[in-house]
Amino acid sequence: MYIVIGGGGQVGYYLAKGLLEQGHEVLLLEKDGKRVERLTDELGPSIVRGDACEARTLADVGTSRANLVIAVTGDDEDNLVICQVAKARFHVPTTIARVNNPRNEGLFRKLGIDVTISPTQSILHMIEAQLPHHTLVPLMTLTRAGLGLVELTVPPTSPAAGKTVRSMTLPTSVNLALIVRGENNLTPTGETVILPEDHIFALVTEEGEHALRERLLNERPVSSRP
Amino acid sequence: MRLLILGCGRVGATLANLMNKDGHEVTVIDLNSDAFDRLGADFEGVTIVGDGTDEDVLIRAGIEETDAFAAVTNGDNRNILAAQVAKYTFGVHKVICRIYDPIRQETYNALGLESISPTVVGAKLLKTAILNEAPRVQSAVQSIAEGRGMPLGEREKSLSTKAATGENR
Repeated sequence: MYIVIGGGGQVGYYLAKGLLEQGHEVLLLEKDGKRVERLTDELGPSIVRGDACEARTLADVGTSRANLVIAVTGDDEDNLVICQVAKARFHVPTTIARVNNPRNEGLFRKLGIDVTISPTQSILHMIEAQLPHHTLVPLMTLTRAGLGLVELTVPPTSPAAGKTVRSMTLPTSVNLALIVRGENNLTPTGETVILPEDHIFALVTEEGEHALRERLLNERPVSSRP
Repeated sequence: MRLLILGCGRVGATLANLMNKDGHEVTVIDLNSDAFDRLGADFEGVTIVGDGTDEDVLIRAGIEETDAFAAVTNGDNRNILAAQVAKYTFGVHKVICRIYDPIRQETYNALGLESISPTVVGAKLLKTAILNEAPRVQSAVQSIAEGRGMPLGEREKSLSTKAATGENR
């Protein structure tokens, strides 16, 4: 694959190295001349000085034949423009943007960016997962399907503890995929009884996530906007 | 109308003053509170310090109730991001965005984002000024840009003298 990366910071640099090792054709664009000089020894012709937001720069490096454009500068606005210009002018099939402000993720998707990666959001989720209290942890997002894979641990106080899956009357937007109970993995059916400390993995829509929080964790839905 | 302006540089401040003078409700956002000095003592609108690409700041500035939004910071990409937040996240009816880079401006215009490139507009005005053989062409072009029409002979002379001495204010 031919992959163009915008932004030669730490993320861009390691990403370029990793993709080169996997045998891809990679071109890293970086604005700062000194940074380019420093990285040229290692990346050779795979790094070029230039602003990935500029259509001319993208044309010079042959973006129209790129299979993938990845924007990983430190600024959301630059990452958005790199991906939008790549799509609109060069018809790049897949664009990936790093998003620093998690609130921008929704907008980026709406504007046609195929994949958004929010390190801030990931770190938040990881910290949440490490905290001892029982909560729902989003593990991954399946953008095209509009689904998320979430994990939760059933607290002893759960309204669902001791009840069967069927009696919880979960909406169809919740799909219980797996229950990990001690050493055992169970495939939930309608008759499966939920027990405290069960680890539940589920595929949910946004609405389904709210339902799951309410039925299993007794959490009230919080609106995302104040 | 209610207008929200992002960026209180020369253009942002001038636009804010013009709209304020015409009796519109104006709110200006800038990262730097010193920028509001450009608004002058007569400005009656609201000023908000903050990052205008951030939804919370925009809500605080009243984006949910505004009729129009103008993104005129010095950064093309900041303007592009903020304008799209205004248009697609908050559904603001009229959104205008300043983009210096003519190619980027063309791209976003094609994507349906109403934008103005001062580079293109400025270059065209300069071209007109250079090719126009009439005397005092520069003020003629400025006059057209300011919507006063073409100044003529003595009338123009007296107007520009008045303007120079501040007599007209």
